[in-house]
Amino acid sequence: MLQKMYDWVDERLDITPMWRDIADHEVPEHVNPAHHFSAFVYCFGGLTFFITVIQILSGMFLSMYYVPDIINAYESVYYLQNEVAFGVIVRGMHHWGASLVIVMMFLHTLRVFFQGAYKKPRELNWVVGVMIFGVMLGLGFTGYLLPWDMKALFATKVGLEIAQTVPVIGPALKTLLAGDATIIGAQTLTRFFAIHVFFLPGALLGLMGAHFIMIRKQGISGPL
Amino acid sequence: MAKKDDVSRRQFLNYTLTGVGGFMAAGMLLPMVRFAIDPIMKEGAKQDMVPVVEVSKVTEKPQRFTFEIEQKDGWYESKVTQAAWVYKDKNGDIVALSPICKHLGCTVDWAASPAHPNQFYCPCHGGRYEKDGTNIKGTPPLAPLDVYKKEVKDGKLYLGQAVPQ
Repeated sequence: MLQKMYDWVDERLDITPMWRDIADHEVPEHVNPAHHFSAFVYCFGGLTFFITVIQILSGMFLSMYYVPDIINAYESVYYLQNEVAFGVIVRGMHHWGASLVIVMMFLHTLRVFFQGAYKKPRELNWVVGVMIFGVMLGLGFTGYLLPWDMKALFATKVGLEIAQTVPVIGPALKTLLAGDATIIGAQTLTRFFAIHVFFLPGALLGLMGAHFIMIRKQGISGPL
Repeated sequence: MAKKDDVSRRQFLNYTLTGVGGFMAAGMLLPMVRFAIDPIMKEGAKQDMVPVVEVSKVTEKPQRFTFEIEQKDGWYESKVTQAAWVYKDKNGDIVALSPICKHLGCTVDWAASPAHPNQFYCPCHGGRYEKDGTNIKGTPPLAPLDVYKKEVKDGKLYLGQAVPQ
């Protein structure tokens, strides 16, 4: 049955070469932990991606209950965590995943750095990787404010003061992020929400796409 | 036969398409970008002077007084409590300092550090200021504490916006 459905689509759209191109390629021996256990270091990039997928999914579900409003934000988070079935699990996934994704990304960066895998011809992929690093930190920073509790508020106050110390554009940058020159309030929360769920994930998907296309095009770096 | 510096048909079409495409992209982006940067373009709201304390209660030792202001945060209007460190200097002039640390925005306290009884002290990273708000070199803050705009009317001290010294 499934085979017939596949054949029906394939006959019309010729999809076999498409998924072959994505999925059907050999993993070199030096990258395969079954051959050399130390090759587990090659897993960190994939683990980063795996956790990112969890973050996107759990975030989508959290937004079913969360409201980015200074009156209701804390209450909605409290409700979804304590009253909704599995709320503590879903929020926990997003909360712990946020830290774990940074850890995995950092380990991936260390592996690439110490193996010298960023060298010619893969310099551009390193550059894109650093951009992804920046976007991830931005996601962490903006997501931290959303529960709108004391910790979130004061962490953001400090973070915005740090942004303000950037030469020349600092004060404008702070206002642009906070939505007001002096207040960290209603407009800051909506802005951080928009940045956290639309702008940065959009940028992240684009950068990750570029990251993966480049590694498929160039292949993984050779054994040490 | 076309001359060397003539624009070919292909080039002409390329230029036209780039121009039209650029115009359309700008037409889409301009409203959105202006929308996003509105907070930096908006003029800061003016703050009314608010009565804080009777002048007779101000001493030479800095005292912390709180007062309420009307705050407009976009669509959200609320009353917010602010604090000021108020004292009379040697000439008898009233000084009102903002308690917001100029390092990373924590709240400073007068004489909170036993080692420095005549200074403002910030508990977060040990920032210190002289009585007149001047930041002490070697501690984290890079600027003196802000001063409130002030006014004395009918024996009462009115405070307005906090401005950098």
